[in-house]
Amino acid sequence: MDSLTEVDDTRRLAAFRDEALAWIEANFPESLKTKLEEYFQNMPRYPDGPDWALWKQRVRDKGWGTPGWPKEFGGGGLSTPEARIVLQAFTDCGAFNPMTGMGTSMLGPTLLEHGNAEQKKQHLTRVSRGEVRWCQGYSEPGAGSDLAGLQTKAEDKGDHYLVNGQKIWTSGSRFADWCFCLVRTDPRSKHDGISFLLIDMKTPGVEVRPIRTISGESPFSEVFFTDVKVPKENLVGKLNKGWTIAKRLLQFERNATNTNRRQLAGDTRPLNEIARAYVGVDDQGRIADPDLRQRIVRHMMEFRSLRLMQQRMLDETKAGQGPSEFTSVAKNARARIQQEREELLIEIFGQQGLGWGAAGDQFKQTEIDTTRAFFSNKAMTIFSGTT
Amino acid sequence: MSLLTDEQVMLRDSARGWVKANAPVGAFRKMRDGGNPKGFDDATFKAIAGMGWTGVVIPEAHGGSEFGYRSIGVVLEELGRNVVAAPLIGSAVGAASALALGGTKAQKRDWLPKIADGTAIGALAVDEGPRHAPDRIALAATPKGGGYALSGGKTFVMEGMAADMFVVAARTGGKAGDGTGVTLFLMPAGARGLSRKRRELMDSRGYADLTFGDVEVGADAVIGKAGEGKALLDKVLDRTTAAVAAEQMGLAQQAFETTIDYMKTRVQFGQLIGSFQALQHRAAYLFTALQLARPTIDAALQAIDEDAPDVSELVSLAKATANDVVNYATREMIQLHGGIGMTDAHDAGFYIKRARVLEAAFGNSAYHRERYARLIGA
Repeated sequence: MDSLTEVDDTRRLAAFRDEALAWIEANFPESLKTKLEEYFQNMPRYPDGPDWALWKQRVRDKGWGTPGWPKEFGGGGLSTPEARIVLQAFTDCGAFNPMTGMGTSMLGPTLLEHGNAEQKKQHLTRVSRGEVRWCQGYSEPGAGSDLAGLQTKAEDKGDHYLVNGQKIWTSGSRFADWCFCLVRTDPRSKHDGISFLLIDMKTPGVEVRPIRTISGESPFSEVFFTDVKVPKENLVGKLNKGWTIAKRLLQFERNATNTNRRQLAGDTRPLNEIARAYVGVDDQGRIADPDLRQRIVRHMMEFRSLRLMQQRMLDETKAGQGPSEFTSVAKNARARIQQEREELLIEIFGQQGLGWGAAGDQFKQTEIDTTRAFFSNKAMTIFSGTT
Repeated sequence: MSLLTDEQVMLRDSARGWVKANAPVGAFRKMRDGGNPKGFDDATFKAIAGMGWTGVVIPEAHGGSEFGYRSIGVVLEELGRNVVAAPLIGSAVGAASALALGGTKAQKRDWLPKIADGTAIGALAVDEGPRHAPDRIALAATPKGGGYALSGGKTFVMEGMAADMFVVAARTGGKAGDGTGVTLFLMPAGARGLSRKRRELMDSRGYADLTFGDVEVGADAVIGKAGEGKALLDKVLDRTTAAVAAEQMGLAQQAFETTIDYMKTRVQFGQLIGSFQALQHRAAYLFTALQLARPTIDAALQAIDEDAPDVSELVSLAKATANDVVNYATREMIQLHGGIGMTDAHDAGFYIKRARVLEAAFGNSAYHRERYARLIGA
């Protein structure tokens, strides 16, 4: 590409960015601006109300919930750089994409590559329109890090597969309509005996049992399959060739974990600001505890490094390069740095960071939320592949 | 002497046996699920008192066994291993030490035998904010009618919900930050004008915030000398802090052992996860940290028993070390268990929650490193 085309391209994208920002500004209902926190904390359960429905409808009609997907499946039909601009513009306007979840971030991109025409038509359109919620049937009690050791079996019964087994850590499964599921279709071969199956959660024999975690919440469940009949057309790709598809989906998942996940729970102010408020300052305005001050700053510098690395990853993708070495460590680094932030927060709060139960005159809501997030985010170095 | 005496070995073995048979972690879970606001089970505590563990640091003349602090450390470590909830630190160490070291004849006579046999529970009311800061005591005790009237508040009082009496650090002179002017008071929980409210913390025990609304006490409620209570308070806190470190050691040790057991049973990729060298290294680092921590806690408790001149230094060394090691051990416990360690059905959560509360109690690592620095003149 010559330099003139490049300049032209940059100008065009800048103009598109202005256009995207203007459209969101004009269409995002004022009343939802205060709902941001509630929205992120309740994912994938969405807030209700007429403004919520209106916003969802507007984004749906524009195809911007999945801006990079083809228009025929309800997407925006935009180029990769344009789609990224749209998603960033939601955040920049203090808005949010109402069509989030595993359907848009994981299953959709996977089906675009591996689904047949009928599957794309049936499932992608409903995901892009925000009509269906998906969950991920991957981990099992005996298959965590060693995912390919999974044992949930699907037997060929002529016109359908008969599924029996158990999944665990299935996030959002209590609210999900469908599950993309890894099943064993050949016990003789580990990796070449796995298939990728789409299962309607309303099928008889599917049972969801919530798991309470150490944070006191139940973000995920165990899912039991007992003689569940799954139509044969719900097999994605070829029989026994699901492992390749499964791995491709995991790439989309890690990408989503790296870039989209926002940790809005708890006290979200910069750490130095929080520490000044809780620990106090010396006569020169520095955080009173010099050791804590050093550790806070070390964390903040590391966080800055992470952001620079993430920017570099984005620039590489934009330039059509990559994925580079950064991608492999991004999830690991991000998890560790996030956990370090929460460790520091608990220390900064002192005993105010140890509260349990409901907020009130003894503990602020931000303190309780931070404590819960401290526990729930201990999973960040476990899920999607342990550290 | 860094090793346990034969008597202490016997005490440890009997405590370990009793806990295993009578108070496994499942017993704590049952208490937690029942939402008991006192934070411990009465029958369990009664059994503990029946074995004399509530009287270990109390003089024989007042109904205790006078075995000493190293011995109560042995018991607390065993209780910590199974997250046993019982009001020993606040009552049988904290309040008992205050009375044994500084109490009048009448105070000792009225309270020590009851603390020793578990029929009364005492608690230390020192802190007034979310950080341990015994130098910042502000609760006002002003002279009134030959005695005093106390007004102000105390926060995060350990065993505060169950306590029958409080040892209250108040200010009869000077201002927050002054070395003089601190006085310790013995105050029955039923004193008029004193109210308590539960502070629910993550470890499900019975902490309380206290409010003093012009609570009147006689001059005979003073423990030690009025206005000169700081030295006594420091001694009491050293003893209580060392006891906390002993429980922390038990938590850390069990967190390690439970994790090693799991590594020897969990199979992934067709092998025990304990056969992976990356995980063996993690276990070895943690094991090393535990070996370095244990002697600091033993030394602090021993120094208290010997009334050594460097007790405060050793206590700060022990608490800072125990804080760090239990923090490390409980984080590794969750990480190495993977998803199962994140569930409430597993015990790992109880360990990390108790660990975090004890870490902040009576001084976090930053507090004790700073104190150690001051004591050695760094």
